[in-house]
Amino acid sequence: MGLKEMFKVELESPDDIVVALAGNPNTGKSTIFNSLTGLNQHTGNWPGKTVSNAQGKFTHRNNRYILVDLPGTYSLLANSVEEQVARDFICFGNPHVTVVVTDATCLERNLNLALQIMEITDKVVVCVNLMDEAKRKKINIDLGKLSNLLGVPVVGTSARNGKGLEELKDVIRKVACGEINPKPIQISYDDILERAIQEVEAYIQDLIGNQMNSKWIALRLIDGDQALIDSMNDYLNLNLSEDFLLKDTLEKARKELEAENIQIEDLRDRIVSSIVKTAESISSKVVSLDNKLHNQLDRKIDNILTSRLFGIPIMIALLGFVFWLTIEGANIPSAMLAKGLFWIEGQLSFFFTWLGTPVWVHDIIVLGMYRTLAWVVSVMLPPMAIFFPLFTLLEDLGYLPRVAFNLDHYFKKACTHGKQALTMCMGFGCNAAGVIACRIIDSPRERLIATITNNFVPCNGRFPTLIALASIFIAGAAGAFSSIAATLSVLAAIILGIIITLFNSKLLSKTILRGLPSSFTLELPPYRKPQIGKVIVRSIFDRTLFVLGRAIAIAAPAGLVIWSMANITMGDTSILTHCARFLDPFARLLGLDGYIITAFILGLPANEIVIPILIMSYMSKGSILELESLAEMKQLFLDNGWTWLTAVCMMLFSLNHWPCATTLWTIRKETQSWKWTWVSFFVPTITGTVLCFIVAQGVRLLGLI
Amino acid sequence: MDKNLITLDKLPVGSFGKVRKLVADGISRRRLLDLGLIYDTTVESLRKSPVGDPIAYEIRGAVFALRSEEASKILVESIYP
Repeated sequence: MGLKEMFKVELESPDDIVVALAGNPNTGKSTIFNSLTGLNQHTGNWPGKTVSNAQGKFTHRNNRYILVDLPGTYSLLANSVEEQVARDFICFGNPHVTVVVTDATCLERNLNLALQIMEITDKVVVCVNLMDEAKRKKINIDLGKLSNLLGVPVVGTSARNGKGLEELKDVIRKVACGEINPKPIQISYDDILERAIQEVEAYIQDLIGNQMNSKWIALRLIDGDQALIDSMNDYLNLNLSEDFLLKDTLEKARKELEAENIQIEDLRDRIVSSIVKTAESISSKVVSLDNKLHNQLDRKIDNILTSRLFGIPIMIALLGFVFWLTIEGANIPSAMLAKGLFWIEGQLSFFFTWLGTPVWVHDIIVLGMYRTLAWVVSVMLPPMAIFFPLFTLLEDLGYLPRVAFNLDHYFKKACTHGKQALTMCMGFGCNAAGVIACRIIDSPRERLIATITNNFVPCNGRFPTLIALASIFIAGAAGAFSSIAATLSVLAAIILGIIITLFNSKLLSKTILRGLPSSFTLELPPYRKPQIGKVIVRSIFDRTLFVLGRAIAIAAPAGLVIWSMANITMGDTSILTHCARFLDPFARLLGLDGYIITAFILGLPANEIVIPILIMSYMSKGSILELESLAEMKQLFLDNGWTWLTAVCMMLFSLNHWPCATTLWTIRKETQSWKWTWVSFFVPTITGTVLCFIVAQGVRLLGLI
Repeated sequence: MDKNLITLDKLPVGSFGKVRKLVADGISRRRLLDLGLIYDTTVESLRKSPVGDPIAYEIRGAVFALRSEEASKILVESIYP
C-alpha cells in the first residue's frame, strides 16, 4: 500500500517531499500551515476516521513539498482518535520530515510532545512559534542551546508576521535531503526499565529492522498499547496478535518489572514522568523570564470575562451584539444583491424570449431554478459574510474557550462537553457551520450529541421568520409595547431553543448515546492580537463560500421541484395544493395548516425560502415571491385563517423541525453515517411535532382561542 | 489518606499545591499525566467559573479548566510560596 491509499496523501511525483506538521493545540500550527501553503490546500477526512485531514503544497528551491497538517494533540499516547491519527502518520506514513510546532510562551509543555515525536523518528525539526508573543511577554529563549540539547534543528518563527518561515523551509529542505542529520537525544528511563525492555527491543529489531525506533515500540508494547499493535498489523502487514514468541517475551518483561514491584500503571507513570522531567530540565536551561508576572494582563481580563457576576452577562451582550449586527447589517447588502440578481433574471427572460423557447422551458429555468438560487444567495450571503468574520474574530482573540468555561456547568448536567456551547454559537450563524464546528469536541459520543442537537438553535435563515411572525402577531397584540414584545418573544424562542438543546442532549446521553462524560480538560490559551486580514480571508473562504457552495448545489434542483409542484396540475389543482390538502388534517392537530407544512417541506434547501413559498401557495402563484410590507403579509395570513396560535405554532415548528438540506449533507459528511444523519433529522422533527401538538391542543382545551 | 493532602478541587483559589498522587486509572490517568501532572508538579488554582465548576488551574505554564470530577482525582499538598 502506498501513502495515497493509507493516508490519502496526494503525491504528484515520487520526488515530492512529505512533511508532517505536528504540535499542541493553540500553538499557531494552522497559521504556519496556511502561511506555507497559501490557498494551495485541501481538507478531507483521514481514511475511516472523522478527523479532518488538511494537506497543502508549496514549492521551495525547485522541490515540491506536501505538507500534512496533523491533529493538534498534547501527547502521542493514543488516548484519542486524534492522537492515534497523528501517531500512525508519523510512525507508518514515513514523512521525510516532521515539523513540531511549539509555543514560545509555553515551551516546557510543548517539548513534551516534541520529545515523544523524537522518540519515534530522527527527522524532526522543532519550530518555536509565537516568538513575537514571547518577546512581548519578555520571555527569552536560547534557540541555539535548545537545538544543542535536543539534537535536532530549531527554528524560531512568528508565523503571523511571516517571520522565520523562509528559514523554516530551508531547514526542512536540509533535513529532507540529508544535509542535516538530526541526532535526537534519547530519553533515559530508569535502569530497571532499560533492563526489562532489552529483550523485547531486540526481538522488535529483528522483526522490523531499523525502520522504526524499536526501543520506543518495545516500551509501548510492554505498556499494552493495543492501538499500536493494531496499527502495526495494518500498516506493516504483521500479525503481532498471533505472535506467541512476542507474547512470551512481553510477559517475561512484565514479570521482571513486577519482581521489582513495578505494576503496569507505575510503568506508564514512569515513562511519562521521564519525558516530562526531560522537558522540564531542557526548558529550565534555555528559557529565561525577565518579567515573572508576564501573565498578569491575561489574568486581569479573565477576572472580568469569567467573573461570577459579569461573566455570563458580558457573554450574552457580546454574542447578542454580534447577532444584532449580522441581522441589521445584512439588510442593505441583501436588498442590493436581490436587486442585482433579479435584474439578471429579467435579462435571462429577454434572452429566452429572444431564443424563442417555449414558455414552460423559460418558466422552469428562470422562475423555478434561477429565482430560487438567486433568493438563497441574496438572503444567505450577506448575513454569513458578516457573521463569520465577527465570529472568527472572537475565535482568534481567544474568547471562545472562555464561553465554554462559563457555561460548562450546564453542559455537564446534560452529560455533554462545554465546547458544545461554541458549536451552538456557531449554529446561530449557520447550523451547517455549527455541525462542522463540532470537530473541536474530542469525544465521539459528545461530538455526536452536539451534532444532532445543533439544529435547535435558530440560524440566520430562521431568525427573519421568527422576527416577522413575532412582530405581526405577538407585537400586534401588545399594543404600545409592540417592539419590546417582538424582541422578547424572539429572545424567548432562543432561550427555549437552548433549553430544548440541553434537554435533548441529556435524553440522548441517557438513551442511544449512553455514556459518562469523557474527562474534561479545556485549555484557556492566552489572549492574542487578532490578525484582521487573515480573519476575513479565512472566514470568507473556509466558512462563507464553503457553506454557500453547498446551499447553491441544493437550491437549483430544489427550485425545479418547487416550480413543478406549483405549476403541474392534477385535475384543476396543482400538486402543491393536493399535498397541502392531504397534510391539512395532520397539520391542524399541530395548530398549523397544510400549506405551512408543505412550505417547510419544500423549504428543505434553505429555511430562508419557507415564508416566500408559503406566500406563493396562499396567493396561488407559480413562483416564490415576497410581499412589500408586513401589513400585507398579515392580511394574507389572516385571510387564510391564521390566529395568534398559528403564528406561535409556526414559530415553534420553525425552531424545531428537520435541519435544512445543507446541514443534513454536512452531518452526513462529518459523521460518515446515514444512521446519524437520520437521527439528526428525526430528533428535532419529533420534538417540534410533540411541542406544537401540546401547545395547540392545550390552548384549545383551555379555551384561550 | 494522608492528612496533609487535599483533592485539587478543594485547593483555595489563589493558592498553590504540589501533586502527590493521582487516584485515577486507565485513560483518565493518562490524560492527567499528559497535562504534565506528574509527582511534585506545582499547580496554581486560578479561578472558578461563574457557577463554581469547572475551575481553571495553571499547570506547567498553561491554563486548563478541570471539572470537579477530574480535579478530585488529583491529591495535592497545599504549599505557601
